[in-house]
Amino acid sequence: MSDLVPAASLIPAGAPFPKAAKVALGMPQLRRNLAHATGTIRAKRAKVAGELDDWEALRDTAAAVKANVQRRLPELAVRFEENATAAGAVVHWARDAAEANRIAARLVREAGAEEVVKVKSMATQEIELNEHFEAEGLRAFETDLAELIVQLAEDKPSHILVPAIHYNRTEIRDIFSQRMGDAPAGLTDDPAALAEAARLHLRRRFLSSTVAVSGANFAVAETGSLVVVESEGNGRMCLTMPETLISIVGIEKLLPDFADLEVFMQLLPRSSTGERMNPYTSVWTGVQDGDGPQHVHIILLDNGRTGVLADEVGRQALSCIRCSACLNVCPVYERTGGHAYGHVYPGPIGAILAPQLEPGRHDDLPYASSLCGACYEVCPVKINIPEVLVHLRQQGPHGAGERAAMGAAEAVMARPRLWRTALRLARLGSMPWRRKGFVRRMPWPASRWTASRDLPVPPKESFRDWWKEREK
Amino acid sequence: MTRVALFITCVNDALFPETPKAVVRILERLGYDVDFPAAQTCCGQMHANSGFKKDATRLARDFDDVFGGYDAIVTPSGSCAAMARDQYPHLTGSDIGKRVHELSEFLVDVAGVEDVGAHFPHTVTYHPTCHGTRALGLGDKPLRLLRAVGGIDLVDLPAADQCCGFGGTFALKNAEVSTAMLADKCANAAATSAEYLAAADNSCLTHIGGGISRTGGPRPIHYAEILASTA
Amino acid sequence: MSARDEILARMRTALKDASAPPAVPREYRRALDLEVDIVAMLIDRLVDYKANVHHGAAAIEEALAGARRVAVPADLPAEWRVGGAEFVEDRGLTTAELDGVDAVLTGCAAAVAVSGTIMLDAGAAQGRRALTLVPDHHVVVVRRDQITGHLAEALPRLDRTAPQTWISGPSATSDIELQRVEGVHGPRRLDVVLLD
Repeated sequence: MSDLVPAASLIPAGAPFPKAAKVALGMPQLRRNLAHATGTIRAKRAKVAGELDDWEALRDTAAAVKANVQRRLPELAVRFEENATAAGAVVHWARDAAEANRIAARLVREAGAEEVVKVKSMATQEIELNEHFEAEGLRAFETDLAELIVQLAEDKPSHILVPAIHYNRTEIRDIFSQRMGDAPAGLTDDPAALAEAARLHLRRRFLSSTVAVSGANFAVAETGSLVVVESEGNGRMCLTMPETLISIVGIEKLLPDFADLEVFMQLLPRSSTGERMNPYTSVWTGVQDGDGPQHVHIILLDNGRTGVLADEVGRQALSCIRCSACLNVCPVYERTGGHAYGHVYPGPIGAILAPQLEPGRHDDLPYASSLCGACYEVCPVKINIPEVLVHLRQQGPHGAGERAAMGAAEAVMARPRLWRTALRLARLGSMPWRRKGFVRRMPWPASRWTASRDLPVPPKESFRDWWKEREK
Repeated sequence: MTRVALFITCVNDALFPETPKAVVRILERLGYDVDFPAAQTCCGQMHANSGFKKDATRLARDFDDVFGGYDAIVTPSGSCAAMARDQYPHLTGSDIGKRVHELSEFLVDVAGVEDVGAHFPHTVTYHPTCHGTRALGLGDKPLRLLRAVGGIDLVDLPAADQCCGFGGTFALKNAEVSTAMLADKCANAAATSAEYLAAADNSCLTHIGGGISRTGGPRPIHYAEILASTA
Repeated sequence: MSARDEILARMRTALKDASAPPAVPREYRRALDLEVDIVAMLIDRLVDYKANVHHGAAAIEEALAGARRVAVPADLPAEWRVGGAEFVEDRGLTTAELDGVDAVLTGCAAAVAVSGTIMLDAGAAQGRRALTLVPDHHVVVVRRDQITGHLAEALPRLDRTAPQTWISGPSATSDIELQRVEGVHGPRRLDVVLLD
């Protein structure tokens, strides 16, 4: 990839999923990269989840804890605020993305800074904090390796956990060589060499930055603590070295008690990177004298979450802990990648979260699934994704053609005699194809099927005829 | 004799009479009295999963009317059984789904048999369909039944647990993704060199068969038809 | 209305007709079976994640091999300061000074065998977070009585509101083709010294 075309730019902006997916399917390198990466992580996840004989019990607990959090959200949010504030943090509330960005930008300026280092965070991706900062004359430097790759490539993340999953090592080497000013000459595509290049590139910035922005994996109401789960140490750098720390946290990230971490910290690493435990977990509570940032801000973010909360079936999407196990097992995601979904949350969880966070948009996403259920099977918090997909399909709009076809089918199926007549007519009408045994070409819309698949031909004798005959 | 009702499903009603015939033969061989309520049509799955809740609810009510009087309803479709069990409670409040059994569930759990006295001297590979395996939790019940078949040579299907890409109207609405999934399934099926590809749902087999019909590979067959075969 | 009040009001409205929260089952394990050798398991898991494991206080010297200047928390026990290295106590070392040492030597608060995790909570012999982050080589001493089998046994031992770092192997990334590679921004070398 000598010309460095950002992968996301190849997908037409705002294209509905089927159209965007078609473009992605036509990118063989992308499909090979995705198949390789998701295949690797699927095997790792299955192995470490299988090591725990109480895996299903942990999932049951996690699902119930999250369901409780949702129903107790006002109480837990206030409790978190009280405890974090008592520990020296300043808690802010943001109704939407614009408000969160405004608060964050103001805090950066008040700290006298124009640049921030960032820990990978889905909440800041969701509110497009980097873009907002740039428009305000501030700069945000991503420090997670995959985020750095995406930022250097001027691309968009395509996966919740591994935003650069769509690039292979050679492509990453090319991005570093061409875009990272201090990339070593003769950089190879050995992943260790690439990680080393990123280390050198970011080290000075870590040791000199005065403001950091993070998200959080968990916010513990009981103690007012935030938890960040990571691997590289860039998180520790951002959470420890600067004077000011700004954490943007979705309100659904709350956990009632510190002890709940004994459940979630078993489920999350095993489900996300397929490790028994991620290399680094940081837990902090407000300000600690002489240890880490002395100015600690927390922005509690709504941005559509309370809308999701109102839907009795759909609210389980708020249980998501962003592990991305559902992406890795999804046969649709594996073939299209994340950009086709047109939202910061791709894959099965995105297909139920995006249309709920932004009602009226992404109505195509609940259909981006064959309802195979692999996502539900691996979800560590047991979000019944197929159930929510069907629920959202039942809420959303339908085209006139489909409405007519479905209505007609129902009208026939609701009248047994009419149904039998229709089947008889189908058997008669298909006579010309009976010898051949299949139909290869059909006019639109059936051509959507026959473009790649033959259709079977109705039989000469139906089951009903056979049954009637033997009942005589 | 215990009486059971047979729900053949709309797909089999329209296209695959051999599968419900096979179910009748198996059940009668085991001593059951099989009833076929002629007013049956469709469980409503296509409507429900495509987002047409009202239509699905009406069909779910009809299902209750037709089958409400039976203690056991047997069907050769994992996804239709899952529809009744998982979705009817939400649509109509009916718990009739508890009495709807996919064939292998009925044979293994209710009748308590694994060897149904079948003989099928062929190489067979088995695709565990998604709804049967995951929504219904069939596990290896169909495979246990197939393993007990005389003369059968069962071979593993690579990446068996991957969806074939059917997904009802998904195959039309997202035809390109569906086709990409199907291509992998067909390639894996062909790689087994089996004579037959068996599964617990004729809708999935229609999809896989529609692909194999162009690219070559094992012949699709509902596993009930294998269980019904005798020497 | 303030953002706070509005968001809280939105939550309450959204939950107006919500059903009661489900009871939380707690059927999962909170400890390992008694017959499990948790020390052996901890070693196995540490080695699996590319940490080096040593035994006995005398082995601290071997774990520090190659380090000339070693940063330590001021309250690090004297008997751990073994070998020929210069031990630099952290009494407000600057970032540049931390970056200039060859290694850091600390104790810990607890260890979890199942996942090979060492937990720091800024308690005795552990120092502040930057101390164990900036130097490229971390040597951590774990006493036998600090080793637990299971995460649920370790959490109650932590000072919950103190800054914590849970460490499982040296820094690593899986961002390239989802293959784990050791050594990014945190210490690239982790040596664990087990004391009886």
